[in-house]
Amino acid sequence: MRRRARIVTLAAALLASTLTACSSADDLIIYSGRNEQLVGALLDQLEDAVGIDVEVRYGGSGEMAAQLLEEGQGTEADVFFSQDAGALGAIGAQGRLAELPADVLGMVPENYQAKDRSWVATSARARVIAYDPRVVEESELPRTIEEVVDPKWKGRVGYAPANGSWQAFVTSVRVLKGEDFAKDWLKKFAANEPKRFDNNISILKAVDEGQLPFGLINHYYWYASAAEKGGEANMKAKLHRVGGGDPLALVNVAGVGIIQGSNQSEAARKAVRFLLSEQAQRHFADQTAEYPANPGVKSSKHQLPPITDLQSPDIDLSKLSSLQETVKLLQEAGLS
Amino acid sequence: MAVLPLVYLVVRSFERGGSVVWDVLARTRTAELALRSLTLAVSVTAACLVLGVLSAWLVARSDLPGRRAFGVLLVLPLAVPSYVAGFTWISVVPDLTGFAGAFVVLTLVSYPYVLLPVAAALRTADPSVEEVARSLGRTRRQVFFAVTVRQIRPAALAGGLLVALYVLSDFGAVSLMRYEAFTLGIYTSYRATFDRTPAAILGLVLVVLAIALTVGERRARGLVAHRGRRQPSAAPLGRARVPALAGTIALVLLTLGVPVVSLAWWLAAGTSTFSVTDVLATTGNTVAVSAFGALLTLLLALPVGILAARHQGRLARGVELAGFAGHALPGITVGLALVFFGIRFAPALYQTVPMLAFAYAVLFLPLAVGAVRTGVAHAPPVLEDVSRSLGHGRWRTGLRVTVPLAAPGVLAGTALVFLTCAKELPATLLLRPTGVDTLATELWTRTEVAAYAAAAPYAAVLLVVAAIPAVALDRFLLQDDSRR
Repeated sequence: MRRRARIVTLAAALLASTLTACSSADDLIIYSGRNEQLVGALLDQLEDAVGIDVEVRYGGSGEMAAQLLEEGQGTEADVFFSQDAGALGAIGAQGRLAELPADVLGMVPENYQAKDRSWVATSARARVIAYDPRVVEESELPRTIEEVVDPKWKGRVGYAPANGSWQAFVTSVRVLKGEDFAKDWLKKFAANEPKRFDNNISILKAVDEGQLPFGLINHYYWYASAAEKGGEANMKAKLHRVGGGDPLALVNVAGVGIIQGSNQSEAARKAVRFLLSEQAQRHFADQTAEYPANPGVKSSKHQLPPITDLQSPDIDLSKLSSLQETVKLLQEAGLS
Repeated sequence: MAVLPLVYLVVRSFERGGSVVWDVLARTRTAELALRSLTLAVSVTAACLVLGVLSAWLVARSDLPGRRAFGVLLVLPLAVPSYVAGFTWISVVPDLTGFAGAFVVLTLVSYPYVLLPVAAALRTADPSVEEVARSLGRTRRQVFFAVTVRQIRPAALAGGLLVALYVLSDFGAVSLMRYEAFTLGIYTSYRATFDRTPAAILGLVLVVLAIALTVGERRARGLVAHRGRRQPSAAPLGRARVPALAGTIALVLLTLGVPVVSLAWWLAAGTSTFSVTDVLATTGNTVAVSAFGALLTLLLALPVGILAARHQGRLARGVELAGFAGHALPGITVGLALVFFGIRFAPALYQTVPMLAFAYAVLFLPLAVGAVRTGVAHAPPVLEDVSRSLGHGRWRTGLRVTVPLAAPGVLAGTALVFLTCAKELPATLLLRPTGVDTLATELWTRTEVAAYAAAAPYAAVLLVVAAIPAVALDRFLLQDDSRR
């Protein structure tokens, strides 16, 4: 009997916790594919800017895009804050994003927003080469993608095949240089026996620990790793920025869109404006070492060149969601 | 209920017509990945059968020193999420990748699936059969292979099936070890191409593989051994005592030592911080949702398990099969299936704890069904007939006769489900109430941004939370001893 009583108590407690945790239609609900560790503190401040209660749900961007598509019209989400343009492009293409107002879009350079006005970048990250200066000089490192597949780098390059940023990079090679070039390049890349890694962090770790001469990663992992290690001076790995409009200098973005049919569209617009405000943009520059999408804001902590100086390739970021073909190419090259 | 994910997969697979389905299936890559996953599943299962049966025998039947403590320690690896095990192994042995890495990690986290049912079978099997064989002049070794192995075969195979399905559905370890398995194709579909159709088609292939394995297991299972009236006496290990002890300690060090040392290293070397109150609140959430999930799973598993144990009918078989099929699907697929149905047919429950518990039940039903089935099979129907003939009704008979006899197996199953719920990640992320964090989600959030020092306490608490059912499980079985 006592045991049964205990079970009833537990069930009651669970029910209570369910009810209190339940989100209400009067709140602004943000689906965030961006990590809570990176943006949690910022989204806490967002509540003041928006004026109503804000609830944030965290997950992976790709999984959340699938979830939003499954939820369809029934979704409670008002805003989708995504780690990459691809996830935004995917739900935008299904008509699940509302058009953003002109004043919001005006805050960000045109190449960092959707052509159909459905989403806008909030911050950017660049592809870089993380290298081990104990093994190679920066001057020897590749300055173009052609130089990456030079046979002298056989077995010495690291990449993360399952990572979205790698796939976006390959997509950019296809879009910028054409399918045939991409196919040929991937063939050479595969023949060069690159080292596979699970993600950018493990690549950087291998370079830092002296196991890998260089690897293709995103710039901010280096800053995050330096912070975890107690300072930039503790990093053995260094960053090489390519530039020159080469795909190796691809810039990808995190961005935000408002869900079509949101019953909090005014608050949602305020939230997007807040994410592009000086306060939020400085957060990205200082805390996550990303390039602010609003070119008027500079980092007070890191040596980051402004977003307009990155010499990134000229590419329509929404085309980076045309990954079907990329994956096919990668599969053919045995690199997926 | 167990069929919901299948219905969802069929809907999504065929929404763009049959030709797309054929396209995905006809890719050589699909067959290649399926073969790689099957190879891994078969190898890991074989290794788990050896490790699981050996360790179960040592814990349940031998006079191994400290076997009660080992009984708990050897079960604990179940609480280590495969992505944590994978990450800690890579940080200790960086070269351990690919097939070898995935094999080692998955074997070390999943052999308790075999250990648990086999230990239970060894404790409850009738020792008189072995004694008769011994008295007829057979050596201990001959008896083990001729009698004991036969007695534990159903339990071992049932455990082996769970291992195989777990390996098929795993994404954490294989992705960290860079072994290209079937789930990789499914995840690429969601994460890189944002296309749910190929993911669903691949999910269906996984279901077919799972059904094939389940049917194979059923053919090989045989009959459940008769339950003994008393406990077998502990077999003296003699000269094998030292190597047995050394082997057991080595296994504990490999399964728990590696993650624990890594966690300690993360805590010591990293500078990211954590808050004790957050860890405690998250622990409370985890215990609550996992307990709810385990209870709901048990409730749903009881009728299925009893049916499966008592009636070999088509319906029972079909229901059991559907449950096992769901177990081979990655959490993301089952999670999305419940998003699909939840928002359409139960919007009031969508993203609430009951819905999450329901997802756990769909994912982990086979863990409980297997335990209930074996447990109920240990309670012979003849005892129920006696009870009925004494004038007790069906329900009273069930409560007074069947339940007590089946209880150890059923409780073991519930504890297992609890552990598994506590470490579940992908479905939890999709279906948890907004703002409710579990140990697994907090761990994921932190490891994703390389904040290992902040992640370590969550991993450590997850181990402690999982230790509670493991200890309770062990104590229950010991109480069972003293009653006789």
